[in-house]
Amino acid sequence: MTSLLKNSELSIEKADKIVSETLNSCDDGELYVEDTKSETIVLDDNKIKSSNYTSDLGYGFRAVTGDTVAYSHSNEISEKSLKNSSDNLKSTLKNNSGTYNSEIKKTNQKLYKDIDPIESKSMKSKIELLNNMNEYARSKDSSVKQVTASLLAEKKNIEIIRSGGELLSDNRPLVRINMSVMVEKNGRKETGVYGIGGRQDYDEYLKNDNWKKVCDEAFRIANTNIESKPSPAGEMKVVLGPGWPAILIHEAVGHGLEGDFNRKKTSAFHDLVGKKVASKGVTIIDDGTIDNRRGSLNIDDEGTPTERTVLIEDGILKNFMQDRLNARLMNTKSTGNGRRESYKHVVMPRMRNTIMLGGTNTQEEMIKSVDKGIFAVSFGGGQVDITSGKFVFNCTEAYEIINGKVGAPIKGATLIGDGPSSLKEILMVGNDMMLDPGIGTCGKAGQGVPVGVGQPSLLINNMTVGGTQL
Amino acid sequence: MIKDQDYLKKIADICLSKSKKLGSTDASILVQSSVSENINVRNKKLDGSERSENLGVVLTTYLGKKKSSIASSNLKESNLNELVDRCIETMKITPEDEYNSLPDKDLHFSGLKDLDLYDETHLSNENKINYIKEAEDEAFSNNKIVNTNGSGFGENKSNFLLANSNGFADGYKTSQFTAYCEVVSKSNGSMERDYEYTSKRFYNDILKPKDLGSIAADHAVKKLNPKKIKSEKISLIFDKRISKNFLSIFASAISSSAIAKGTTFLKDKLNQKVFNTELNINDRGDIKKANGSRYFDSEGIGIINLDLIKNGILQDYLIDTYNGKKINRKSNGRASGTTNLYFENGSKTFNELIKSEKKLLYIKETIGHGTNIINGDYSVGASGIMIENGEFSYPVSEITIAGNLNNIFQNITLADDLEFNYSTNSPTMHVEGMIVGGK
Repeated sequence: MTSLLKNSELSIEKADKIVSETLNSCDDGELYVEDTKSETIVLDDNKIKSSNYTSDLGYGFRAVTGDTVAYSHSNEISEKSLKNSSDNLKSTLKNNSGTYNSEIKKTNQKLYKDIDPIESKSMKSKIELLNNMNEYARSKDSSVKQVTASLLAEKKNIEIIRSGGELLSDNRPLVRINMSVMVEKNGRKETGVYGIGGRQDYDEYLKNDNWKKVCDEAFRIANTNIESKPSPAGEMKVVLGPGWPAILIHEAVGHGLEGDFNRKKTSAFHDLVGKKVASKGVTIIDDGTIDNRRGSLNIDDEGTPTERTVLIEDGILKNFMQDRLNARLMNTKSTGNGRRESYKHVVMPRMRNTIMLGGTNTQEEMIKSVDKGIFAVSFGGGQVDITSGKFVFNCTEAYEIINGKVGAPIKGATLIGDGPSSLKEILMVGNDMMLDPGIGTCGKAGQGVPVGVGQPSLLINNMTVGGTQL
Repeated sequence: MIKDQDYLKKIADICLSKSKKLGSTDASILVQSSVSENINVRNKKLDGSERSENLGVVLTTYLGKKKSSIASSNLKESNLNELVDRCIETMKITPEDEYNSLPDKDLHFSGLKDLDLYDETHLSNENKINYIKEAEDEAFSNNKIVNTNGSGFGENKSNFLLANSNGFADGYKTSQFTAYCEVVSKSNGSMERDYEYTSKRFYNDILKPKDLGSIAADHAVKKLNPKKIKSEKISLIFDKRISKNFLSIFASAISSSAIAKGTTFLKDKLNQKVFNTELNINDRGDIKKANGSRYFDSEGIGIINLDLIKNGILQDYLIDTYNGKKINRKSNGRASGTTNLYFENGSKTFNELIKSEKKLLYIKETIGHGTNIINGDYSVGASGIMIENGEFSYPVSEITIAGNLNNIFQNITLADDLEFNYSTNSPTMHVEGMIVGGK
């Protein structure tokens, strides 16, 4: 039944035998085989700058006993190589022995189609699309001085072979369309970036000339920033727009609710389950089951079906996100959050689509209620220190709010806050919940995985804005 | 085991000759092999081990001015054949780009390889575990250290071959030994984490485990019970582990790709004063055993030393073949970026620097990605320690620091405490008048 080992020098029977023999005396583990094809085409400075096609095949063999993980990976798929890995795992775990937990939930979940987005659009039409995006963006205004557009598609097929011969598989398509526009006016330069994507064919995202909207949006952001004034510095009220700004939720609370940091008691949230950690009306979920979303998976990278996990319900901390290892050590069940970047990486608890559910307020009400503050519509990147709870974000589109009205755009503002306390500072939750356009990649311990976020507009009482205007 | 040059050469030859047969006019190929072994320890107990064997190939084919690339970790000949086919097919329909070409033959590296970049020392997992346990033991001897985030030891060996259809074919082995210790301190309800990190090509050059542990513990304890300060304009001192980031920013701002596209705040600044006149920045690829040293870049072009900033004045860019053509310059061997990039020592001691003003903020950590290379805007989250009258007084956190790099660069004063711990190195740095966002 296996397809990934089909053309290799390793038969499924041999693989099964080595896996079972290695893992029998361990608590958990698996052989993870991955075949990934990806293609990136970049248009830059008016030219197709690069077209890269990558084909990556390899395995990662993991044995877990107690809280010790032994991992060995290679892209040489052969009996000899797997045996070497097995020896390596055994030598790490030689003093420990466990009881293999063969229990794993089954699923027929089909959240995306088994398609190959690279092959379903011809190279010619991809190049034509990039050229059209370039011309269209440049035609918007003579102030457009630089355009970079790119298309990324991937097909990742994975197989998980567990002790006893159980085989689980998932075929995952992913595409992303990106646009970056630089505008120059009166000696100032600003950029605007926008993108869309998910687990469907390119054409699903290109319907109704949708690519023009991607260019329009990138240009709009750049053009807004060219008029921007220096950002104020200091503590003030912040209104967050819906959708992508939820990366604030992802950083401020999401990471702190991952099982590993809480098992190790290094998260600021580790002893707060059942306690009030956020304002009333705040409900945050991590959902791996939304059709075709970037952060969705049929099964996670340990074979556990994904689910909709409630993290915070009406302000009360309910659950952490778990992989099998941390769940076992914390006497709970995996929530299907065990993920890895590739076969070259160990599994750890990671987010999928992290979403704050909608409330009852309107964005208008929020803005009206602010005397002095900022309205943050889009962010670049964010980062968090799990232990101290401090997080930061860089606004890529933001405006000042003065006396209840949105004013001039401001540039280069950084927001800094404390995860646990800023959740309690949420004053209003909007009725306009929106998911992001499908562009997020989350980094943790050097591993990047595709994720999604979503939220309604939010009013946060007190955040520190980092700018240059005192 | 890492593969030897003969094995890598065989793979390269298969791909190059197949490309030629299918009609490519030029081709270049990189074949890499690496083995790394990592050990993680947490709370003095083995947390995990990881062994990775990587083999990979990157092929770029040219048809005149047309170009395409493939990469793969599956080196079976049948798969390689399929991929080369695909590369050639894609290349044929990719539009021409007048700047596409292999590098200048005259600039190919040829010469002695005597930089000592490979240490064949192999540490058993047992020895790796012992090293890290000793570091954690030392950290825990500080009674405010209550937990670890994990500490680790890694050993990496790699070999590569770079070849092209102009006859270049060369490669060499490198090694890297890395250890880190990340600990958590706790006191009066405050919990903080910090780390120390060491990474060298030679095992004997890395920090001793006791030092690694005690420095990490010291960092984490000094962060406890921080205060948030009021927003104000204040001069900052950047610890060496942060000051080097300004060099990395500088390097991306003078890369020929950014210069050619005009997407950098240092465009058109050649031969102009970018830094204070006392400052010099060099990029030297020929320092023995150093992390950033190399014989040639990813195109096979030999590394020459560059004085990028002399007395504050910008002397050169970081140039590769493709972008060099766009700006009418020859490559200076920087297709893979900088080598050992550093600020020359300043004239003040560390103590003179921290006593230079009544009140200074010492920055030990920044978070976030708030650097805009295009216009020079800089705004990041930070934490550190307040210095009053030359004495470290209390930790500060949850603040932002902001300014524009054009001004920041002009306002830098350096101490005389340069060390070559990383591939990019800076002495302790004083920057006059930046805006701190706080309460």
